[in-house]
Amino acid sequence: MIPEFEKFKGFKAKNLPKEELLSSGHRACQGCGEVLALRMVMKALGKDVIVCNATGCMEIITSPYPHTAWNVPWIHIAFENAAAVASGVESARRVLARKGKIPKKHVDILAVGGDGATGDIGLQWISGAFERGHDFLYVCLDNEAYMNTGVQRSGCTPYGAMTTTSPPGKKSFGQVTWKKNVPAIAVAHNIPYVATASPAYFLDLMNKVKKAALVKGPAYVHIYSPCPTGWGSAGERSVEIARLAVETKVFPLYEVIEGRYIISRKITKPKPVEEYLKTQRRFRHLDEEHIDYIQRRVDAEYEKLLRLAEMD
Amino acid sequence: MSKRVGIEVSIAIAEAVGLARAEVIPAYPITPQTHIVEHLSEMVANGELDAEFIPVESEHAAMSCCCGSSAAGARTFTSSSAQGLSLMSEILYIPSTMRLPMVMVVANRAMSAPISIWNDHQDIMVQRDIGWIQTFAENGQEAVDLTLHAFRVAEDRNVSLPFIVNIDGFTLSHVIEPIELPDQEDVDKFLPPFKPRYKLDPRRPITMGPVGIPEVYTEAKVAHDMAMRKAKRYILKAWDEFAEIFGRKYNPVESYRTEDAEILLVTMGSISETAMTAVDAMRDDGQKVGLLRIRLWRPFPSQEFRKAIGKAKVLAVVDRCLPPGAVCGPVGAEIRSLLYKIPGAPKIFSFVAGLGGRDVTVARFKEIVDKARQFAKKRPRELYEVIGVREK
Ligand SMILES: Cc1ncc(C[n+]2csc(CCOP(=O)(O)OP(=O)(O)O)c2C)c(N)n1
Ligand code: SF4
Ligand SMILES: [Mg+2]
Repeated sequence: MIPEFEKFKGFKAKNLPKEELLSSGHRACQGCGEVLALRMVMKALGKDVIVCNATGCMEIITSPYPHTAWNVPWIHIAFENAAAVASGVESARRVLARKGKIPKKHVDILAVGGDGATGDIGLQWISGAFERGHDFLYVCLDNEAYMNTGVQRSGCTPYGAMTTTSPPGKKSFGQVTWKKNVPAIAVAHNIPYVATASPAYFLDLMNKVKKAALVKGPAYVHIYSPCPTGWGSAGERSVEIARLAVETKVFPLYEVIEGRYIISRKITKPKPVEEYLKTQRRFRHLDEEHIDYIQRRVDAEYEKLLRLAEMD
Repeated sequence: MSKRVGIEVSIAIAEAVGLARAEVIPAYPITPQTHIVEHLSEMVANGELDAEFIPVESEHAAMSCCCGSSAAGARTFTSSSAQGLSLMSEILYIPSTMRLPMVMVVANRAMSAPISIWNDHQDIMVQRDIGWIQTFAENGQEAVDLTLHAFRVAEDRNVSLPFIVNIDGFTLSHVIEPIELPDQEDVDKFLPPFKPRYKLDPRRPITMGPVGIPEVYTEAKVAHDMAMRKAKRYILKAWDEFAEIFGRKYNPVESYRTEDAEILLVTMGSISETAMTAVDAMRDDGQKVGLLRIRLWRPFPSQEFRKAIGKAKVLAVVDRCLPPGAVCGPVGAEIRSLLYKIPGAPKIFSFVAGLGGRDVTVARFKEIVDKARQFAKKRPRELYEVIGVREK
């Protein structure tokens, strides 16, 4: 087990940190699941943190100069390289602390990016930072498309979903590929901590983020983040949709601690996938055949995950 | 006491970076830069230099790490060449407008295709407008001295800009030269610890790299431009102080036998040494020829350059870069626009030479001067000429 976890008692609804490190007044759309998740991430981490943000919705909506929503040190350099920027920050702090130029007190380094920044264009930078073993955590806020540029498909866009670059048409039914398994790619780097999380289960999310920060070395948390604007869903239903994604096994919650898979929430009585798909306009064009296929594939993927968890 | 040693220029540069007490060195290998970063990683491994050497997975990551490191308040160094420098390109514009000091030595090399590891200036000319301070070294001693100078200027709170020192790949990076390696004590005197005005620090949170809406973008870029212009003062001041401590004086433009010269060669980098030999030979023949060498490329030393021209009637500007379809090479274009419609300005002829490792010999310089002399009498049809192209 990870020794750093022993002293951590976990967040409870009663002892949630009150301080808002990501303050309100930012420019996110109503019902934005990403900014909701990010707020929880920041609450879990507390103020001794340095944030390295990739280009994307969260960077744009929090930092239109001269305004900022950030009450912690924050830096944005570009789209694909947040993990490398974080590597630089972490290395700088290591040598400066060693030389007595800054206090020895631990500061968490958070790199955060969307699914595009993480699973597509930034994969190499993340891989490099994981492989080198920097002490930082990477949080992916996965809204399943390039939202900031107007809802283009990414490798994390789910099968069948309509985006502006995976439009359904006479010869297409939307996204033709299955969602890329980015957490598995993180696991393949043999880093000590990987987890998936959802803002619908906020205590679980915050505890995972805290563990990711506590663990020595790189850690990765992949957070499902509903986007009403890009998904064509009702803003007030974001949390409900996030919960449905878990209950239908579409987005399972688990941890991988030192390579061992642990399911956070076993779904014994899953709801039908169709119930989830119905909540979003991006799936509206799908016929029964496609929905059946998605159901079968979701079941199979979940089985795979269970087997991984059982192996331990 | 400083010591004079016979040493490979790359190793000497690494030693200078060590003497500067660099703290974070993210680097990715590419010929001809490799010896610099190999030696640095050795110094860190041996405990001779207390720094973090980050063996990154690409040059883009190297530059990204540099941004994070500088923003966190550490003295930051990297080095690259050609394809590697171009891979950084997206990021290079960012630390300069964000005013993040760092030093990069670029071992200049030709750009693919065809792939070539040899020397010219195409790699850095592609990056001309990234908003970094840029100098060009002529020899090994200068490479060492300019590296120390770069840290001093970049980190000066009045400047706060990233800095590139250009050294010619192979012809400079891989040769062994007698070099005076300064004393640690003297370097410490010249180069105080890095204390940025702003940094990433939870005790004093700031937002770095925000969105620039149209109402502020122009002002951000103008502020950068003003900082660049203002930087010249501190570049010169640091050279003065360098001379006081180390006894070697540097200027933004170096003149060689320009007194009474009618024709001036204009060069940058290590070919200037050959150019001086050529000037000597032509002077021996009674030709009134001199040489101007541009050491400070950005910010461009306009006043100093104008002054250095003196009464010369013809400038023969030698570019180590051929931008296809352009009016002429970038240095030629710069000087043409600098002197445009200035009363009494000399005629300017643009030459391209020494691409992809092609030697620029004394004979070539003589050829350039001869051509410039002819062109002055009879205007050439083209706006530039490539020297030394094989007929077959
Ligand atoms: C190198 C580069 N390519 C493309 C872009 C344009 N771009 C900016 S943000 C973005 C999409 C971001 O998508 P994601 O990472 O999923 O974040 P989201 O906006 O969905 O939160 C794109 C394509 C860019 N800024 N830089
Ligand atoms: S587009 Fe989506 S992710 Fe972006 S701010 Fe709006 S709701 Fe949030
Ligand atoms: Mg996205």
